[in-house]
Amino acid sequence: MTGKRRSEKFAFWLMRSITYVVVIFIAYIIFKILINGLPVISWNFLFSEPEKSGAEGGILPAILGTLYLVIGTILVALPLGMFSAIYLTEYAKQSKFTQTIRMAIVTLAGVPSIVFGLFGLGLFVITLDFGASIIAGSLTLACMILPTIIVASEESLKAVPKYMREGSLALGATKWETIYKNVLPYALPGMMTGSILGIGRAAGETAPILLTAAAFFLPELPSSVFDQVMALPYHLYILATQHPEAQKILPMQYGTALVLLLLVVGLNLFAVIIRIRVRRKYKW
Amino acid sequence: MAENQEIRSKIHVENMNFFYGSVQALFDINIELPEKKVTAFIGPSGCGKSTFLRTLNRMNDIIDGTRLEGKVLIDGGDIYGPITDVVELRRKVGMIFQKSNPFPKSIFDNIAYGPRLHGVKDKGKLMEIVESCLVKSALWDEVKDRLDKSAMSLSGGQQQRLCIARALAINPDIVLMDEPASALDPKSTLKIEDLIGELRKDYTIIIVTHNMQQAGRVSDNTAFFYEGRLIEYGATEQIFTKPNEKQTEDYITGRFG
Repeated sequence: MTGKRRSEKFAFWLMRSITYVVVIFIAYIIFKILINGLPVISWNFLFSEPEKSGAEGGILPAILGTLYLVIGTILVALPLGMFSAIYLTEYAKQSKFTQTIRMAIVTLAGVPSIVFGLFGLGLFVITLDFGASIIAGSLTLACMILPTIIVASEESLKAVPKYMREGSLALGATKWETIYKNVLPYALPGMMTGSILGIGRAAGETAPILLTAAAFFLPELPSSVFDQVMALPYHLYILATQHPEAQKILPMQYGTALVLLLLVVGLNLFAVIIRIRVRRKYKW
Repeated sequence: MAENQEIRSKIHVENMNFFYGSVQALFDINIELPEKKVTAFIGPSGCGKSTFLRTLNRMNDIIDGTRLEGKVLIDGGDIYGPITDVVELRRKVGMIFQKSNPFPKSIFDNIAYGPRLHGVKDKGKLMEIVESCLVKSALWDEVKDRLDKSAMSLSGGQQQRLCIARALAINPDIVLMDEPASALDPKSTLKIEDLIGELRKDYTIIIVTHNMQQAGRVSDNTAFFYEGRLIEYGATEQIFTKPNEKQTEDYITGRFG
């Protein structure tokens, strides 16, 4: 064996091992949560209110709260992100101005989530006087995942070949007709999957809602968007770190973690299914 | 230049210069293109023939930073004038691209795309248009039983004829063809050329080609471009047998390009 081939072999071995290490970590986390969380999951756990500061009872308000926040985030972030992406890829000319916008979007993607939380606190909770509420939390989460949605949407718009646009324009379609009839239908699945992945991330975030929406315990379910909510990640955070009997309620923590994990994995799975189905439908 | 005086001029180009940003691609083009004739643009790669073709339906507009000076008149109207509606222009001036570009829709929907844009909704009327255009593009017999099948299932040659049918469906006067057969096998190429021979009765056709035999076979007039300039323009037979310019002769005889 020559030295060159030996070093190549070593490199492959190294890369394979590293990949295994990553997979092992993920497998261990999921395994641990499943083993400890599954016994806790029951009808009662999923569909009843917490008792004794979360030491007993269920997590229904937290599940509902996270769902409300996610729905609110989708309603705000999806149209904003998609239309921004359409503007940036289809309409905006390449200029200093659009370069600046792109830079801003990339920078936004790198901002720590607690900073978004503080921003949301300052703008939505205090200045706009929404108070800590579903709407303030959703808006904050929406700001956080906007870059993800915009970048994913831009990528899938760019993936639609140029000839689809030219072909349509050459037939006397206006620019908007071309985008609406001959670009968006093919880009939409990619835009959706990218967005769902972003939303999955929003569902699991604690910091942005910590200051803008979440409460540890509420006696009643929220009745309007201006009400505070409980939320799964925040609930888990309190149970694990702030609860006076944190060690004794480990099963409750694992149960909550499992439900959160299933929610996020479920969203991602949904994204994958959409992608596969649509890829089968449109081929070019 | 145009020797058939009884032939009506369809396109009139005067002192036209064209720029991609600061790079000039076309220099002082003057040409008259006759109605219901086939005109071929030939020349080596990068000579500006495709760029010129794309100025005629303003497809270059979609590229950032392009600029045109001078006049391009179609039927006497300045297509770069302030009142020109680009959408209307492109209805009148259809285009076939080098790479056949069927949309990933059914054969029917591909051809109905243009008419639907322009307000035809009636299913029967659409069917009529689809059939007549497929007949004109010599594709009807091959696809009449599978109009609802994806256009992507057609062969390359069929796809290109589908694109021709799609362009005809908006009832243009002029059909621009940008190397329509360059990606096709000889048999499919021949079909496209036959088709051009049929279409010349009803349409003004301008075809860009790098294949000189093809220009010789399909066109009435030929224009030779070199480095962004129109070097020579005349009856195809004259260009190919006794060109006036040395550069034309060199190119035709295969000394460069």
